[in-house]
Amino acid sequence: MAEKTTVDLGLIAPVLEEYKDTPGSLIAILQQTQATYGYLPEEAIYHIAEVTGTAPATIYGVATFYAQFRLEPVGKHLIMLCQGTACHVNGAELISAAITDELGIEDGETTEDGLFSMEHVACLGCCSLSPVMMINGKTYSTLTPDKCRKVLREIAKEEGGADA
Amino acid sequence: MTQDDVIEQIDISGLRGRGGAGFSTAFKWRAAKNSEGDEKYLICNADEGDPGAFMDRAVIEGDPHNLIEGMLIGAYAIGASTAIVYVRAEYPLAIVRLEKAIKDATERGFLGDNIMGSDFSCVLRIKAGAGAFVCGEETALIESLEGKRGMPRLKPPFPAQSGYWFKPSNINNVETYANVPWIINNGGAAFAAMGTEQSKGTKVFALSGKIKRGGLVEIPMGTTLRDVIFDIGGGIRNDKEFKAVQLGGPSGGCVPKEKLDTVIDYAELGKTGAIMGSGGMVVMDESTCMVSMAKFFLDFTAKESCGKCVHCRLGTKRMLEVLDRIVKGKGEEGDIEKLEELCYAIKDGALCGLGQTAPNPVLTTIRYFRDEFEAHIKEQRCPAGECRDLITYSINKDKCVGCSACARQCPADAITGELKSPFTIDPDLCVKCGNCITACRFGAVEVH
Repeated sequence: MAEKTTVDLGLIAPVLEEYKDTPGSLIAILQQTQATYGYLPEEAIYHIAEVTGTAPATIYGVATFYAQFRLEPVGKHLIMLCQGTACHVNGAELISAAITDELGIEDGETTEDGLFSMEHVACLGCCSLSPVMMINGKTYSTLTPDKCRKVLREIAKEEGGADA
Repeated sequence: MTQDDVIEQIDISGLRGRGGAGFSTAFKWRAAKNSEGDEKYLICNADEGDPGAFMDRAVIEGDPHNLIEGMLIGAYAIGASTAIVYVRAEYPLAIVRLEKAIKDATERGFLGDNIMGSDFSCVLRIKAGAGAFVCGEETALIESLEGKRGMPRLKPPFPAQSGYWFKPSNINNVETYANVPWIINNGGAAFAAMGTEQSKGTKVFALSGKIKRGGLVEIPMGTTLRDVIFDIGGGIRNDKEFKAVQLGGPSGGCVPKEKLDTVIDYAELGKTGAIMGSGGMVVMDESTCMVSMAKFFLDFTAKESCGKCVHCRLGTKRMLEVLDRIVKGKGEEGDIEKLEELCYAIKDGALCGLGQTAPNPVLTTIRYFRDEFEAHIKEQRCPAGECRDLITYSINKDKCVGCSACARQCPADAITGELKSPFTIDPDLCVKCGNCITACRFGAVEVH
C-alpha cells in the first residue's frame, strides 16, 4: 500500500480488554477485529501482538492458516461462491465464469470501484439448493449464469454507480 | 444412573462415531472417564467441513436442545464440567440458535451448577471455527480451540489422555451426541435392534447433486444405496442415466452403478473403496466427468492440507498437477500409474486422517472409471462432455429455429446467423461458457 491508511485501534480496545488474559483466545480476537474493520489491518496485528504478548509472526501464522481471515479490505458486496461438491456437479464453474465475465474479477479480487469482491468458499451447506452464492449474508440459490448476472446487475443498479 | 450405567447403555447400543471414522463411542467415553485428572473436557465437533454435507447444521439449527442434552449426558458419563461446541464460522445461524438454546437451558437449570438439584455441574461454551477443513480432525480441532493453527498432533497420547490444554478430553461429532438422548430414553438394546451386525441405529445423509428430491434423509443402517437414491430420492433429475454416487466427501469415494446394491454399513461401504463418512451423498449422472471430479477433490485437499507432513503437502500438489494436465488433454502415458503410486505414498506417509484418506476419491475413480482417464489421455476426449478444453459447441441445424436467443446471450459474439434460419458457432471465438445451452429452448446446442 502506497499511502498508509490510518486505523483507529481504539475500536478493538474492548475486545482486547475482554480476552487478553484468557489463554487460547487469539482466533476470537482476530474474528472480532475483522468484524470491526472488515479485514485484519497490519497495524492491528502489531497492536494485538503488543497487548497480548504474542509474537506478530504467530498471529500472522494463524491469520493466514484460516480461510476466514483477510489481510486486505474487500468490496462493499462480497460474493461468496460455493465450491462444494453438489455445487460443482451442478455447474459452479459456469457461475464463476459468468461473474468474471460480468465484473472482470477472478477469485479473491475486487472490482476497481470497490463495489464487488469475489471469493470462492468451501461448502456453504445449502447443497440441495445448488449451485449457490452468498452476497453479504443473503443466499442466492439454484443459479444459472443468466440468473447470476441478473442478481449482480440488480445490485449494481441499486448502487446507482456502475452501468450494467 | 451411574456414570458406568450410562456408558454401558451406549456400549449396548453399538453407537459408532457419525463424523466419518466410525470409532466406538462407548470406548472413547470409557477411556476419558478412566483417565486420571480432576479437570476433563467434553467437546463437540461441529466443524462440518465436508463439501456436500449439511446434517450437523440441520441438527444445530433445528434441534439444538437435542445436542445439548446429548452432550450433557456425555459430560456426566466422563466426568467433565466444561463442554465446548466447535462450530464452523460459515454457519452463523447455527451459532445464533445454539447461543439462545444455551441461554434458555441455563435459565431453566439444565446447564450450570448443580443441574436439576444434583451434584453434577456443567457449563457449555461455543467456539467459532475460522474455516479450515483439517480442524475436523480431533487433535487439529484441539489446537484450534487453543487459538493456534489447526495442525494435528501426534497420537498417542490420545485426547482421552491428553487433549484440550493437555487435560483428558472426549470429542464426538454432532450427530453422535444427537443420538445419545434417544438411546438413554429407549435403552441401548432398542437402538441396537436397528441396523446391521456391525452398524447399529440410523444414519443421516445429505442427498444432493443430480437427484430429483434432494435433502436430508435419515435411514436405518442396512438400507441399500439404490433404495436411498431411487426410492427416497426419486431417481436422477431429468431422467438421465445414473453414473456414480460420491460418499464421504474428500475422504471418500465414488461408488458406481454396479455397486448400487451395497448396503449402508461401515464395513460394506469400506469394501467399495468409499467410506460411510459424515453423510455427504452426492449423486452424479452421465454428464459428470469422473476425472474432473477426482481433480475437484484433490484441488480441495491440496488447498486444505495443513502442510505438516511432506507426503500430504507436496503429494496432493503433484497429484493435482497430473490431474490438471489430464483434464486439459495433455495427459501422458503412465500418468494413471503415477497417480496410483502417489496415492499409496500419501496414504502411508501422512499423519492424520486428511492425508491418509485424501487419495480415496482418485483411487476409486481410477478403479471404476479407468476408461474415462484413458479416453482423456489417449484420445484427448472427455466422454461426459464436461472438460472445457476437450469439447466443442455446435448448433444442430435441424433443431435450430433461428430465434437468436443464444446469440444474444453469447458473451464472446461467437454465434452468428440470420433470423429464422439456423445459427452457427465459431469455435475459435467460443469460450464454452454454456450460456447458449441455457438460452436455447429447443435443445439445439450440442456439446461434442
